[in-house]
Amino acid sequence: MPTMLEVTDLGHSYRAKDGVHEAIGGVSFTVDAGELVCVVGPSGCGKSTLLRSIAGLISPTRGSTTLHGSPVQGVPDDLAVVFQDYSRSLFPWLTVQRNVEFPLRRSLGRAERQARAAEALDWVGLSGVGGKYTWQLSGGMQQRVAIARALAYRPALLLMDEPFASVDAQTRFELEDLLLRVTREHASTVLVVTHDIDESVYLGDRILVLSGAPSKVVADLTVDLPRERDQITTRESEAFVTLRSETARLLHGGRPRSTKPVTSANQAEDGQTVASRWADAERAETGRRATTT
Amino acid sequence: MRAFTRGTAGLVGFLALGEVATRSGLVPRASLPPPSVVLAGLAGLLADETFLLDVIATVLALVIAVAVASAIAVPLGLVLGGNPAVRQATRAVVEFLRPIPSVALIPLALVLLGSGPETKIALAVYASVWPILFNTVYALDELDGLLVETARAFGCGRLRVLLSVALPSALPFVLTGVRLAATTSLVVLVSTELLTGGNPGIGEFILEAGSGAGRMDLVLAGTVLAGILGYLVNAAFEGAGRRLLGWSALTRGRS
Amino acid sequence: MRNLFLRRWALFAALVAAWEVAARLADNPFFPPPSEIAGTASGLWLSGPVDRLFLSDAVFSDVLPSVGRLLLGWGLAAVLGVALGVAIGRSPVARHYLGPLLTFARAVPPPALVPVFLVLFRVGTPMQLATITLGVLWPILLNSADGARSIDATKTDTAVVFRIPRAQWILGVVLPGALPKIFAGLRVSLSLSLVLMVVSELVGSTNGIGFKLLVAQREFDFPQLWAGIALLGVLGYLLNTALLTVERRMLAWQPRQEFVVKPTTAGD
Repeated sequence: MPTMLEVTDLGHSYRAKDGVHEAIGGVSFTVDAGELVCVVGPSGCGKSTLLRSIAGLISPTRGSTTLHGSPVQGVPDDLAVVFQDYSRSLFPWLTVQRNVEFPLRRSLGRAERQARAAEALDWVGLSGVGGKYTWQLSGGMQQRVAIARALAYRPALLLMDEPFASVDAQTRFELEDLLLRVTREHASTVLVVTHDIDESVYLGDRILVLSGAPSKVVADLTVDLPRERDQITTRESEAFVTLRSETARLLHGGRPRSTKPVTSANQAEDGQTVASRWADAERAETGRRATTT
Repeated sequence: MRAFTRGTAGLVGFLALGEVATRSGLVPRASLPPPSVVLAGLAGLLADETFLLDVIATVLALVIAVAVASAIAVPLGLVLGGNPAVRQATRAVVEFLRPIPSVALIPLALVLLGSGPETKIALAVYASVWPILFNTVYALDELDGLLVETARAFGCGRLRVLLSVALPSALPFVLTGVRLAATTSLVVLVSTELLTGGNPGIGEFILEAGSGAGRMDLVLAGTVLAGILGYLVNAAFEGAGRRLLGWSALTRGRS
Repeated sequence: MRNLFLRRWALFAALVAAWEVAARLADNPFFPPPSEIAGTASGLWLSGPVDRLFLSDAVFSDVLPSVGRLLLGWGLAAVLGVALGVAIGRSPVARHYLGPLLTFARAVPPPALVPVFLVLFRVGTPMQLATITLGVLWPILLNSADGARSIDATKTDTAVVFRIPRAQWILGVVLPGALPKIFAGLRVSLSLSLVLMVVSELVGSTNGIGFKLLVAQREFDFPQLWAGIALLGVLGYLLNTALLTVERRMLAWQPRQEFVVKPTTAGD
């Protein structure tokens, strides 16, 4: 598979009151076309900043990103994002159908974009509700509209920022399965940022484990599960449980044990020091809070 | 900090622009004097006792009008907000009275009440009642049912619920209503003073300055002072709101 | 249904009846009975020929000019206020520079500007339009700016990610997002327009409803004075109802609606 996304030594730091705060400390990875890669990391580790950098919403302080071979400057033309906050990302004054059509107005004629929006709504199982307003739908359905909008845009890369963090557990399972089905059907390349270890294992072809800020890639795990997944049988399978524990251990700063995970030796050593550095960061954080209040 | 410097720069820039426009003859100088002349006139007025008495007269009328309007509208609002039946019965009357612009009553009030301060106060009260009334009623509509149920669950009676739950949660809305009422009052007071003349007030000062000698610098100085007054009234209520109701997102969230 | 109708109008009818009786008993020239006011009003404005829908000359010489000036002044303020407000609301730099200036402009009680406009424009329609437009511009402008500013970051991000063109961004996202606030400003300014229309006609006009109030007062024609006040009330009610109807249609997408009593808690 050709490489779709290549991130090289991407770093981001911003000015805080007490000097420069480094959120991302040099992250490198690639995503192949048709792959679904999950990025997990402790909260506050700069996952969202990473995603926003890749999307071109903010420009990273250093490093580069290429999307299907061409360097990214600003927001790439064929990239879509599904945000966590669906209620804000969708436009309440537009119907479901029109929300999906909205980004297509720039490039497509009326008939074509209506057809494409209807098709995308069909993919996510919402063909009946095109005429409703988004707020008339449940949270899970709203996020399906956001997914349909992204898919109708036919992006080369689909970025998802904690896409299922705001829905209840039952809906979350449904949406995970829906995402797997739809993205496989259309061979989409997807990068999902999440803080949920189970979700990353269940969804991902690969998992990138990030350390706390300044975040680095601690491990690049390949998910050795069959592509067809099932909320019950997959989650109880031994491979799933092992990988889940492995990821959790890495997240909390442990040394990788099984699965040929880590891409390079020095990153594995990074993994070892993560725990202490993370703790340092936390201490610094509370220290800052204490001085400001 | 940057916002402050830029804001000051904006004000200064506006004044400079006005200065250039009037001095260069772009705008007829007789009808629009340069800002420097207006500000000098304002500085002179602030040392002038009769002018200060005019300002005090307007402010005093404002305070009285808002106090009277609050005393009428808050209890009335609580009654209307708490009793759907009463609200329904009075709805037609309210719908009929509210849209009447208070200044339309000036000619009638002049004949009925004479040209003393009670006329402008009465008109200002009429205009101020509505924002307070509607905000109070609205506040009771917005009352969180969960809060009431919580209080009930702890054994509070009806009166207790009204006083310790309904009133505090209505307060931010009521205060907003009072703030709007004060602004409205000022408009009505200045209008009445301007249209009736004869009793002290800023509006009357502006009228005199404009009609007799045609001192446009003093007219504009009076207008600027009316603006400052309007700003201070608004700021005072917003400050009071923030101070009294620090817990409420409604007052905190607004600028 | 009839019960509801009765409940809504019973008190109103009772009050009018009480006033009628009291006025007839007191026989005070200042307080004519409602029947007399109604008679005067219909004589004044509804005594015209059939082909003009019974509208009398006074409607065309006074009422329509008043309404026309009001709508024109308010409409101008609406166009200017929304355009400038949205532009300022989306630009933090403009907000910084113009913020204090606008706050002050808004704080000036509009009637205080009437003498200035009298000198600048003399008595007549331009002076009245200036009074109305510049008086009601600020609530519209500041509300539009507030509405445009409060478009949330996720919507901005969404528009950027999907590379929404500028025109579509302003017309399709900023404007609809600011619309609830814009309407709040429009509503406040509409009733203020009515006030300023009356003030400007009481001061500097040779026709119009306000001017006729003054004439009636000078001639001690109290039924006509009361009729004029009632007409202004009806006018205010009709204008407000019309605006609410438009608002309801344009904001039909809003999840929650309270159009019955909707005070302007957020910046009038």
